[in-house]
Amino acid sequence: MSVRTALTVPRLRRLDPLGALLAGAGAVAAVFLPFVVLKSNRIVPGDPRGLLDALPAWGALGCQAVLICAAIAALGVSNARVRLGAALLGVAAVALAVAAAGDALTPAGNKVVRVAPGAGFWVLLMCLGLMATDAVTRMRPGPGLRVLFLALSIVVAGLALAHGTFDHLSVMREYAVNADRFAREARQHVWLALGSLAAAVLVALPIGILCHRVPRLRSGVLGTLNVIQTIPAIALFGILMVPLAALAAAVPLAAALGIRGIGAAPAAVALFLYSLLPIAANTVAGLKRVPRAAVEAARGMGMTSWQILTGIELILALPVILTGIRIVLVQNIGMVTVAALIGGGGLGTFVFQGIGQTAIDLVLLGAIPIVALAFSAAVVLDALAEVLDRARQ
Amino acid sequence: MPGMAAILRLAALALLLGFLLMPQSFAPLFTPLTQYGAPPIYDQGNLLTLALAHLGVVCCAAAASTLVAVGLGILVTRPSGAQFLPLSRTLVNIGQTFPPVAVLAVTVPLVGFGEKPTLIALFAYGLLPIFENTIVGLQTCPPQVLEAASGMGMSARQRLLSVELPLALPLILEGIRLSLVINVGTATIGSTVAAKGLGEVIIAGLLSNNNAFILQGGLVTGLMAILLYDALAGLERRICRTAHLE
Repeated sequence: MSVRTALTVPRLRRLDPLGALLAGAGAVAAVFLPFVVLKSNRIVPGDPRGLLDALPAWGALGCQAVLICAAIAALGVSNARVRLGAALLGVAAVALAVAAAGDALTPAGNKVVRVAPGAGFWVLLMCLGLMATDAVTRMRPGPGLRVLFLALSIVVAGLALAHGTFDHLSVMREYAVNADRFAREARQHVWLALGSLAAAVLVALPIGILCHRVPRLRSGVLGTLNVIQTIPAIALFGILMVPLAALAAAVPLAAALGIRGIGAAPAAVALFLYSLLPIAANTVAGLKRVPRAAVEAARGMGMTSWQILTGIELILALPVILTGIRIVLVQNIGMVTVAALIGGGGLGTFVFQGIGQTAIDLVLLGAIPIVALAFSAAVVLDALAEVLDRARQ
Repeated sequence: MPGMAAILRLAALALLLGFLLMPQSFAPLFTPLTQYGAPPIYDQGNLLTLALAHLGVVCCAAAASTLVAVGLGILVTRPSGAQFLPLSRTLVNIGQTFPPVAVLAVTVPLVGFGEKPTLIALFAYGLLPIFENTIVGLQTCPPQVLEAASGMGMSARQRLLSVELPLALPLILEGIRLSLVINVGTATIGSTVAAKGLGEVIIAGLLSNNNAFILQGGLVTGLMAILLYDALAGLERRICRTAHLE
């Protein structure tokens, strides 16, 4: 028996199924899909170019070599750190390649020709991103490390953008035209999302505490807030526009404060209303989780009910409340987009303008920062909630 | 309390149907909101047709996402798909940070204007809640129950169909409800990319500065979303009750 075991040829390690899927999809994208699209102006359909036609030979070969290494790592390496490193190298190679393609294909001084990333680029980026995400998930990084990782990615992306690496790509061309407006709309976007969140925290925390103390109120109040959440954003904006317009017409002070039927006011009010449910419901859930013994002990020590609430109950409920705030912030960042339809400003302005002009580059100029903002907010608040939850135990 | 809810529900349904079937009889209510003799009731299309088209798009997309999401959820919770499980959870988390509008906006240039981008965006975005709830539902089946099923000689397939899926059904239904409600909202925005739906009324109001259109579009869409949510919650309770009685 032992002889037979010794004689068997060591079986080839089974291929990683996820890696095989990603490597296969990436290979198909690299070979058959256009890496970039060359358009003679910003709205016409473009002329697809593969990796080899878009780059100088050394660049294309270098990029392919890195991609092949990443594919090998995806297929045969099980160490998560190596896989992450390979995936990130791949991302860097693809990003540099698309930037180089932009530089190579744009005639000097020509401001009309657009070089847009093609389907091949996006699929490759997605495969590499999935590989990196999978590796990070397997490494189970702690909250601090996750935030550090996010900060590093932001710094690298920021440096590349500041250096002008991507300046010849179509999205950055749109940015160059809209730079002033972009800063203003981005500020408006963040301001609307954070302002309505802050107002909602101030109102929803007391509502949640009240619902916890008076169980009779709970189903009625939370049920009403739930109904509000169900109304689609644009419908709620529309419903609010009429009373706000009437208010502005009747009360000159309201109009002077910038309250109008159209613009940011209905958007801010609607976002505030949407934000109430997750925070109030999570406050109730968090307070319910506070161990009765802790409250009894505090009462035994002679603490007043206000001291117990602020010193014990709310502190212990904080991680759950923070989870509610995370839900609201991510939801708000996404929903502010729709505010652009009613003149509320924000990055959605570019999205809807882009849809109107069938200019995908303009859509991306709005959509990419929105997704990046929402994603960063989710990572940071998740990490914060986890740190607090650990401290609590 | 339940009596009150039933009355409210019936009133909302009656209001919605009344408005969709006989919109002109509500004209006096909306006239004060119009200026310079603009029409008080949406006149660029039949409201009922728009509402049905809206519901149709939402339901088609939800049916497709249910099939795919439940299938994928089953796949990643089987031993053969276990390797995909951690990644798929992370992906669901990341996916939910994408605003539905962004998904819609990015689809347009790829497939053109009309129903198609709306359907695709609704389908893609609707996958997330159903997939997430399917995974949670299948993973939280009590291990004793699963062991008992295997002990009775059930094959993996039988166990899935007659034990695991029925136990996960309430959560899966909740996922479908969430995704339908999100879809009703996203489909409204679909009108900006020329899909037929109730968003058209609101957009027409915004373009012609007619508050009456904006308000009625908002009210009809809001009522529809609330009634749909409520009806599905009722259906869920009903199915769960019969499942527990058996």
